[in-house]
Amino acid sequence: MTAAVFFGCTFIAFGPAIALFLFTIAREPLRVIFLIAGAFFWLVSLLLSSLVWFISVQISNKDSAVQQKGLLIFGVVLSVLLQETFRFAYYKLLKKANEGLLTLSQEETMPISIRQLAYVSGLGFGFMSGAFSVVNILADSVGPGTIGIHGDSQHYFLSSAFMTMAIILLHMFWGVVFFDACEKQQWWAVAAVVISHLVVSCLTFQNPEYVASLVPTYVILFLMGIWAFYSAGGSLRNLKLCLTCKDKDFLLANHRPR
Amino acid sequence: MLFVPVTLCMLLVVATIKSLHFYTDKTDQQLIYTPFTENTSSVGRRLLNSVLNAVVMIGVIVAMTVLLVFLYKYRCYKVIHGWLILSSLLLLFWFSFMYLSEVLKTYNVAMDYPTAGVLIWNFGAVGMACVHWKGPLALQQAYLIVVSALMALVFVKYLPEWSAWLILALVSVYDLVAVLSPKGPLRMLVETAQERNEPIFPALIYSSAMAWTTGPADGEPGRASDEEAEPSGRAAAAEDDDDEQEERGVKLGLGDFIFYSVLVGKAAAGGGDWNTTAACFVAILIGLCVTLLLLAIFKKALPALPISITFGLICYFATDSLARPFMDDLAAHHFYI
Repeated sequence: MTAAVFFGCTFIAFGPAIALFLFTIAREPLRVIFLIAGAFFWLVSLLLSSLVWFISVQISNKDSAVQQKGLLIFGVVLSVLLQETFRFAYYKLLKKANEGLLTLSQEETMPISIRQLAYVSGLGFGFMSGAFSVVNILADSVGPGTIGIHGDSQHYFLSSAFMTMAIILLHMFWGVVFFDACEKQQWWAVAAVVISHLVVSCLTFQNPEYVASLVPTYVILFLMGIWAFYSAGGSLRNLKLCLTCKDKDFLLANHRPR
Repeated sequence: MLFVPVTLCMLLVVATIKSLHFYTDKTDQQLIYTPFTENTSSVGRRLLNSVLNAVVMIGVIVAMTVLLVFLYKYRCYKVIHGWLILSSLLLLFWFSFMYLSEVLKTYNVAMDYPTAGVLIWNFGAVGMACVHWKGPLALQQAYLIVVSALMALVFVKYLPEWSAWLILALVSVYDLVAVLSPKGPLRMLVETAQERNEPIFPALIYSSAMAWTTGPADGEPGRASDEEAEPSGRAAAAEDDDDEQEERGVKLGLGDFIFYSVLVGKAAAGGGDWNTTAACFVAILIGLCVTLLLLAIFKKALPALPISITFGLICYFATDSLARPFMDDLAAHHFYI
């Protein structure tokens, strides 16, 4: 419980996301707007699911710990389903808005493509989800205390940070795959995204056995990353071109006029 | 475009509230604009007192705005200048000195009065020059943000709990009425300024680009500390638009900055929960997006408060009462959604 823990966990949890934001999103106001809108949609889904959970807790037996845990699990599943529903709703809204933006700006091409929107909205979902999961924990880690003094796990902060990083990146990958699947009407892919989200959340029911929840989550993260890479148009060929700095399109696109 | 200054102002307020205890310590001292106390025995009495407080505060704001429009319409520029210079003196010197002393107290750093005097003098003098006369745009923008944050902090400290929320709700209703209705004071102000082809007091309004430089020494005045600055936004076509294509010289009133920051500051001050603060932050930014979108569609002065404050209030109360217990429970069991 020192500054080292605080900064370490903050950078583990938010490092990749902030780097992505700074390098790809921060300079374009339109992308920032859609990122924040994505965060807002996630927030609304959370508020709805916590409303349902709250009502169910009020009408239940508050003394029974088993029932409360059951209700919480129900709340988690409901929240995951609502998040994915709101992701779909955001997709629909963006499709409509794109047509509107086109007529408003009277240009030939859309200022932002649906793939960029998928990436940005996924990251928005991820930012908000990560913030809600971990910020209170980080705030507590600055203050005095000893972690796990009553026999709980000593790895609470670290595992929270790693889990949050995984979830943020996963939301981004899910966003890309989801939007691509909706564009191509591949509903099996949509179902796969929803199921993988459910799996990741349900894995955390095993906490505090962190190994059992973190390792499969990272495996899923890796696989979803590869899937998102391919659905965003990547391939081994252009990966190689990019890494050896021979990708002419990329080099030309980033050539800024003086 | 307007996100960065609004975000900076809110961040400044939240950072101050979370680190300096001064602005969250409950005092019995209240502003004279909220004369009724909330330390009453019954809930009904407290509710009544907060409603009365809100009515008094809004009454003061309405009166000040009407007075300002009256003075502007009858070209009493000197009075307006004097009033605004006096209030920006108060903000830039006195409130910033208070802020500095609280920072020093919190971090237990000793500073002698001459050093503090030199610092505050420099800060205030440069601020007065930038805001009322000429200065680099970025510096003027920075000073406007700092001044708004200081004002918001004063409100967060001295407005009692329930009164603050009611005042936020009522002031956004007033903003809606004042900017959109034909006889609304703010609309009259904007229209008079447009007729005379003058910018509206560039220092009562934050502008994201230098639209045009006004001629002589009437460096347009800063804002009053104890009245409401025009919370209206409008798009002005920037003549010398040498920035990027998106820069359209959108203006936002300092009152908007202040009330956004008051909302987020109250969210940060009540309870110490970061989720609520983050939720209000996002809600206000989304409200600002929607307002700017409407501005692009309608192309006339629009009130910037109602949509953001509505979203912000809904998100605050919903997150505080619903999402907070849910997230706390999840964190205790270490579940992730």
